[in-house]
Amino acid sequence: MKKHYSNKQVIFSRKLAQGRAKPQFPQKTNYLPQVLAAAFFLLLGALVLLPAIYTLCNSFMSPSEIRQYYAAAISQDGEAASAFHLIPDTFSLEGYYMVFLRSTDYLMKFWYSLFLCIAISAGQIFVSVLGGFAFAKYPIPLKKGIFFLLMVLMMMPVQVTLVPNYIILDGLGLIDSWLALILPMTFLPFGTIFMAQVFQGIPDEILDAAKLDGAGTLQILFRVMAPIGKGGIISVFLLSFVDAWNMVEQPITFLRDILRYPLSVFLASVNQVNFELSFVCGVLAALPILLLFFFFHEELAQGIELSGVK
Amino acid sequence: MKGRRHLLERRKKLAGMWLAAPALLGTCLFFLLPFAICVRYSFTFGVGGAFFVGFRNYKDVFSSYAFQLAAANTLRFLAVGVTLNTALSFFTALLIKKGLAGSRLFRYILLLPLVLPIASVVMVVQVFFANAGILNHWLVSIGVPIAQWLEGPNAFYVLLGLYLWKSFGYSVVLLLSGLNVIPEEYYQTAAIEGAGSIQKLVSITLPMMVPHLFLTVVMGIVNAFKSYREAFLIGGKHPHDSIYMVQHFLNNNFENLNYQKLSVASIMLFLVLLVILCGLYIFQNRYREE
Repeated sequence: MKKHYSNKQVIFSRKLAQGRAKPQFPQKTNYLPQVLAAAFFLLLGALVLLPAIYTLCNSFMSPSEIRQYYAAAISQDGEAASAFHLIPDTFSLEGYYMVFLRSTDYLMKFWYSLFLCIAISAGQIFVSVLGGFAFAKYPIPLKKGIFFLLMVLMMMPVQVTLVPNYIILDGLGLIDSWLALILPMTFLPFGTIFMAQVFQGIPDEILDAAKLDGAGTLQILFRVMAPIGKGGIISVFLLSFVDAWNMVEQPITFLRDILRYPLSVFLASVNQVNFELSFVCGVLAALPILLLFFFFHEELAQGIELSGVK
Repeated sequence: MKGRRHLLERRKKLAGMWLAAPALLGTCLFFLLPFAICVRYSFTFGVGGAFFVGFRNYKDVFSSYAFQLAAANTLRFLAVGVTLNTALSFFTALLIKKGLAGSRLFRYILLLPLVLPIASVVMVVQVFFANAGILNHWLVSIGVPIAQWLEGPNAFYVLLGLYLWKSFGYSVVLLLSGLNVIPEEYYQTAAIEGAGSIQKLVSITLPMMVPHLFLTVVMGIVNAFKSYREAFLIGGKHPHDSIYMVQHFLNNNFENLNYQKLSVASIMLFLVLLVILCGLYIFQNRYREE
């Protein structure tokens, strides 16, 4: 095999020969920083995962056991504080039975929320892939200004547009319908900005080549841009799904009918009434997200990376 | 030939407009139009904006204690939270960059809290930080005086911790992507020139990372505002003064049907974010020129 010297190495060897640089000897590897870093990662990882693991483990306690251990912490008046209690004394599926089989409320809400969130994320992908492509690769009048404005709008908390949105949705006759929840969230500026960043990282040469081959705008988008930016698209899906799954303010404002509230709002009210089931409800709430994360964690990391590369 | 290029250019512009149309129309309908309504509300009084009152609503809001408290808390939370988040994730990204075994898995672990619904961990927060909760139980057992975590001034730190827990992973992954595209030759050259590791950090890594740091700060602000849900779960509608945020102010005025105050606060928030983003842009461009 031919040995290849980089420019810098050549310069270095020249300097070395002239006595202007010190020779470098292979150093003894010092394992201490590695061990310290590994310990740091382990500790941080455990800390990060603790709330999720605690919820999962405690979901297998019977309601009476939860009451026995956490009554002090919940009712705020106990003399003795609640202790750390990770592993159930007796493994019990009673909580799961209560939530999944005993009543239909939880599961109904679950499917309803799932439908809402899939609709929102699908809409968000449609809007943001087209919009992101336009912002990344097409000349649009006032592009920089509009993009800047979108970024400010993205940073604003949801409460800001809640009331005016109510007025607009009322004008459209959509209050109390599921479209009232879906439409505003579909157009959240986050997706468009994220996809614009992802698509900006794709070199223009690839586009030009596709154009020379006679591909139209949409063909380029679906055959070239979408496959390369796959991680970004999946990230937008996942992140907007999570955002929609957690929504609380919008249903409370846009829906008068309490029965139409999605799972997120429903759980918040349930937790206050019977806290024995909160851990199981927590698992229920995390279920679709964990499934998505299990399948797409790599794409999510990749998508966030793509959004940063310029 | 020139006319043909002109035509192509116009067709390209048109295609761009079509592609951006859904996003732009939706933004206008659900974000800009609402904002226009806010502006109108802020200058009027009465149902449906019956009377024009000039800046009186603004004066009212600025002089109210609730708004001052909310604004100060929000700014404090943003300043401390976003700075900590950026600094800690930068440090962690540097550590991961050193190429540790298992760092891929570690990245995914860090990303998990970002997607984990808050409903799943709210019970854990309760059980740990309640007055008679696990944290105080530990403090008693090691003989340290206990504290009120959710109802006292410490609520601010609990909220801060939850925010870092959630947004940390996103920042680490984003910054890592920036670290990974810095050409290794830069460091080798610097090493030959005799630069130490701190000097390398300051004169190579940081300047190269400015666009990524910019994005990290922007996303940090986005996630910081999402912390309201945690604040709400910790303290309800009227939490301890230390975590009374602008969103509480907005929500409470919404419930009292005081849309004028709400609109004024919204506009102030918009202006502040505008200034922050402008500052970030200027900073980024100046660094890039150097």
